[in-house]
Amino acid sequence: MTVTATVGEELEAVEPAAVRLTGVTKTFGKGGVPVLDGIDLSVAPGEFVCLLGASGCGKSTLLNLIAGLDPASSGLIELPGKGSRPGHAALMFQESALFPWLTAGRNVELALKLRGVRAKAERREEAQRLLGLVRLGSAYDKRVHELSGGMRQRVALARSLAQQADVLLMDEPFAALDAITRDVLHEELVKLWSETGLTVIFVTHNVREAARLGQRVILLSSRPGRIAREWRVEIPQPRRIEDAAVTDLTRQITAELHKEISRHGN
Amino acid sequence: MATEVVEDLVPEPEAEFTSLEAGLDALETAAESRKPWWRRVLLAKVLPPVLAVVALLLIWDLLVLAQIKPAWVLPGPADVWDELTSNWSTYQISAAIWDSVSRGVIGFAISVVVGTVLGLSIARIPWLRAAIQPILSGLQSLPSVAWVPIGIMWFGITSGTIYTVVLLGAIPSVTIGLIDGVDQIPPIYTRVGRNLGARGLNSARHVLFPAVLPGYVSGLKQGWAFSWRSLMAAELIAVSPHLGPGVGQAMAEAGDNNDMAMAFGILIIILVIGIGINAAFFAPIERRLLRSRGLVRS
Ligand SMILES: Nc1ncnc2c1ncn2[C@@H]1O[C@H](COP(=O)(O)OP(=O)(O)O)[C@@H](O)[C@H]1O
Ligand SMILES: [Mg+2]
Repeated sequence: MTVTATVGEELEAVEPAAVRLTGVTKTFGKGGVPVLDGIDLSVAPGEFVCLLGASGCGKSTLLNLIAGLDPASSGLIELPGKGSRPGHAALMFQESALFPWLTAGRNVELALKLRGVRAKAERREEAQRLLGLVRLGSAYDKRVHELSGGMRQRVALARSLAQQADVLLMDEPFAALDAITRDVLHEELVKLWSETGLTVIFVTHNVREAARLGQRVILLSSRPGRIAREWRVEIPQPRRIEDAAVTDLTRQITAELHKEISRHGN
Repeated sequence: MATEVVEDLVPEPEAEFTSLEAGLDALETAAESRKPWWRRVLLAKVLPPVLAVVALLLIWDLLVLAQIKPAWVLPGPADVWDELTSNWSTYQISAAIWDSVSRGVIGFAISVVVGTVLGLSIARIPWLRAAIQPILSGLQSLPSVAWVPIGIMWFGITSGTIYTVVLLGAIPSVTIGLIDGVDQIPPIYTRVGRNLGARGLNSARHVLFPAVLPGYVSGLKQGWAFSWRSLMAAELIAVSPHLGPGVGQAMAEAGDNNDMAMAFGILIIILVIGIGINAAFFAPIERRLLRSRGLVRS
């Protein structure tokens, strides 16, 4: 008991983390091939990490494990959280997954209610503020189907922020959007991140997007999913998707990704 | 010099981004062009069925005028109207309507309770579901009038028989509607609910119940149609003085009296009640539900 506590404290002292994965493995069903194999990953508070990999390599699986929606087959997933409260991860999906029976504002309010904000007036005010953060203050009473894809994802982002989680997990949140809208949302997200000190794990199969957003880009291999390579990105934000440095990095990462995928052809 | 000009033309990034986003939002949101409500309701919803009914009455009247059949076989709309108004009390139509509608409503209400409990347990317990679902589908396709003789042998000509037939007609629809509703909950909603922190009762109240609602309401709507249909079949066959009046019994009486005009009149009453209750209760709820979720064009 005392021993583990000491070890924990030591690790904490060495490297504070918002999320720490140690030897995480996930196998679906009995005796199947592992989808994820021996993932070690530590994400610092306030860090923006992009998780990159081909379709089907296990990116969504990994986020679901971190969010606690599925159990890991083995290994350790720690979200230390702040103070005595255990950590919590908010998960944002590719489709907005907003509840269609609620208005935009009510969707955000529900997240606040389930977080434990009791007073109705307080929920309303906070939801209005969060929608304002994603510049949708005027869409409070709009139904989900009245919003465009990009606007839905911004409401979903506001809803995730309402959870006040220690980590924001984003599962290809902009994959279904057109390039112009995606560009705008990148800008929006980076701005929110730099203003609020969020910790973000952003999953994508789009190399350029990863290079545009991440402070760190982690390349996952496929079958089994392992961490193949990692880049620290020193290009300062705000970046633009057409910046030469971003393009350079994109080229480098793409080369690695292609190598990784080609291995499966033989 | 030239470079400087170009520099000046590039707007400040923050402002550019804000106006770009505002432009996208405006372009991607459908322009609203709402007609006044009375035009939408009257012209689109009320007028077409009214016209259809008028056309039907006209065709009926023309057929009668053409005298393709004698009047006692095919009475005209005016004959039916006269018969209904003059013999309304002889046939105890008011009491019959009251009794039938209250039987229908009571039978439906019991079916809703039983069907809901049944549906919820079946949807949640896989083996129970595998066992019962085929039986339910079978029951739904069985005309419930087939139960009337059995009901009479069990209970005699009593309310027991009538309610048995109504319940066996309506419960499968309510149950199946609910099971379908539960099946059609997109798994992503339950995952989002869990991630937001909805467990147990909270999950049921904020996620499962609203997600199930459209399937459930359409099951209720169909359940009502089956209730009413089964009730009429039962009343038509199970005629007895101590059962009291009923629309079905009135129809049987008209048949015994060879009163064709009254039979037509009662047929219209049965139709109007069935359609009326649907139009007054179920259709508006269903329409509102679907429209608020963008599942139908408003
Ligand atoms: N619930 C599940 N049961 C069985 N296999 C699954 C399940 N979820 C995902 N998989 C498999 O795990 C692999 C990784 O899936 P996923 O994490 O969705 O990939 P990605 O998000 O990187 O595209 C895929 O081969 C997929 O078929
Ligand atoms: Mg995925």
